[in-house]
Amino acid sequence: MTHAVEQEQATVIGTVGLTKRYPSVTALDALDLDIGHGVTGLVGANGAGKSTLIKILLGLLPATSGSATVLGHDVATASREIRALVGYMPEHDCLPGDVSASDLLVHLGQMSGLPHAAARERAADVLRHVGLAEERYRPIGGYSTGMKQRAKLAQALVHDPELVLLDEPTNGLDPSSRDDMLALVRRIGTDFGIAVLVTSHLLGELERISDHVVVLDSGRLLRSSATTEFMHATGVLLVEVQGRADADQLLGQALVDAGLQAWPAGRAVEVQVLDETTYDVVRDAVVDLGLGLVRLQERHERIEDVFREGGAGRVQPV
Amino acid sequence: MSSPSDSRPSGVIHDIGYRPYSGPRLGEGQIAWSLFLTGLRNCYGLGRSGRSKVLPMILLGLTLLPALIVVGVAVQLGLPELPIAYSGYPLTTNLLISVFVASQAPTMFSRDLRFRTITLYLARPLRRSTYVLVRYASLSAAAFALIWAPQLLLYVGAVLGDLPVGRETEDFAVATAGSLVLALVLAGLTALVSAVTTRRGLAVAASIVVLLVSYTVVTTVQGVATETGHDTVAEAAGLFAPYSLVNGLQVYYLGAPEGSPAPPGSAGMGALFVLAALLAVVLPVLGLLLRYRRAAVV
Repeated sequence: MTHAVEQEQATVIGTVGLTKRYPSVTALDALDLDIGHGVTGLVGANGAGKSTLIKILLGLLPATSGSATVLGHDVATASREIRALVGYMPEHDCLPGDVSASDLLVHLGQMSGLPHAAARERAADVLRHVGLAEERYRPIGGYSTGMKQRAKLAQALVHDPELVLLDEPTNGLDPSSRDDMLALVRRIGTDFGIAVLVTSHLLGELERISDHVVVLDSGRLLRSSATTEFMHATGVLLVEVQGRADADQLLGQALVDAGLQAWPAGRAVEVQVLDETTYDVVRDAVVDLGLGLVRLQERHERIEDVFREGGAGRVQPV
Repeated sequence: MSSPSDSRPSGVIHDIGYRPYSGPRLGEGQIAWSLFLTGLRNCYGLGRSGRSKVLPMILLGLTLLPALIVVGVAVQLGLPELPIAYSGYPLTTNLLISVFVASQAPTMFSRDLRFRTITLYLARPLRRSTYVLVRYASLSAAAFALIWAPQLLLYVGAVLGDLPVGRETEDFAVATAGSLVLALVLAGLTALVSAVTTRRGLAVAASIVVLLVSYTVVTTVQGVATETGHDTVAEAAGLFAPYSLVNGLQVYYLGAPEGSPAPPGSAGMGALFVLAALLAVVLPVLGLLLRYRRAAVV
């Protein structure tokens, strides 16, 4: 009994053979997922089935076959209970222009079942956490994209959900707002203690903030594992130099002459690390050539490589 | 654990971090009620920008003004009865009522579709159909308040002015029932127009056309038909405008004084009026539910 409860708590989102077919396309194809607490990244190209999955999890779309549970509730029979416990940040614009973020959040908090006084308090709290200060009292119509994304995120948090589904939260943001948003998403998963499922088509983003990454391709599960597994060190050193137009070629040649395996990588050079002395050899080669060393970085495998390996064909329905 | 001597100075503002919510969470019924009240307030511009309060408040003032004058005059002169029937009042102010409903329906039924705010509601506990019905109820209640408020004013004035309480109460009750039906019909029609057009300006214009033009055409046809002796045509024409339809119902079934030209004169025609009123409420609501079913899977 207790064991069963514990297991339910461990799985935040679980799907078994989840399938969604439209007349012309199969959006999800026998998807088996087991997503736990922390921040989970959901990666996939446009049309990979990310949004379809989220809509099924919210009970807004019926699955063709298979089953799914969210926080221990079945999406087919208890979608209202799920929606009370889950926050959703849609990908598209969804904020009315003629009300203030503060008023909107109070109202939406009530729509999630908070009493009015509690909704007011939560709205103020959450807006402070996402970084909307004085502007919260101005109509949303005048907000910048960054502020709108923050308000959208705030409305997903206003009722203190146990899980938030964030659909492309960094869409349309400039680099610095993007970093802020990512840091915020990370905080939600760690400091706030709310489970996060965040989608993106930018893999680098999810590498930075996710504990776990799920890769979807054409509605099928391509890979699901901890982010650290994706990014294990490859034993390759990335070296970038400057000083002359053909600096990288000169360095590459010098390293090969020194007996190392080296190959060009864009405007940089990649070197196979044999042992500790490899670093010294690289340094000396750069100094001897009179070049400036710009970057010396251990090369990690990136989630992108999962796609590049042509994994689409090798699907394992776990 | 820490001795008093090494305690930190007080009076420092701490970032207390994220605080989880552990208070009560309300059920679907209470959420729906909250949505209803918010919608009702929004129809009068309350909880919205200052500018959006102007029109509804002016309209409310304008519908009340004639009633206030009538009551004042009747009481001052000691008239034996009010110079205007309760049930006929909405016909007199039909322009104001039409403008109010037409201008506020988009607040309930196209803002959410245009801004796609509907997604935020659907991701919350309320069911799609409950959401649509509650919004419809808010708009109906707002329309009812506008239609009924001057009638209430007349009634209170009449009772305070020592007119026969029994007779006035009966007439007022009939008018109240009629106002309720009228509010439901007007809200349904304008809501459907708003949800289909989605653009606010277009929705307002289309709704006003539907309400005002239909009434003008109907009364004209009724006038001509009565003049030329086609009574059945005149009565049937009354089916095609909300104001004449509801007034016909009141006259035929509840014995209200005649307000629009040709109320139903036979049982068959009376039944037809009932059927038309039912359809005028049910069909738009079904249309709304369909519209939101289609719009909601975004």
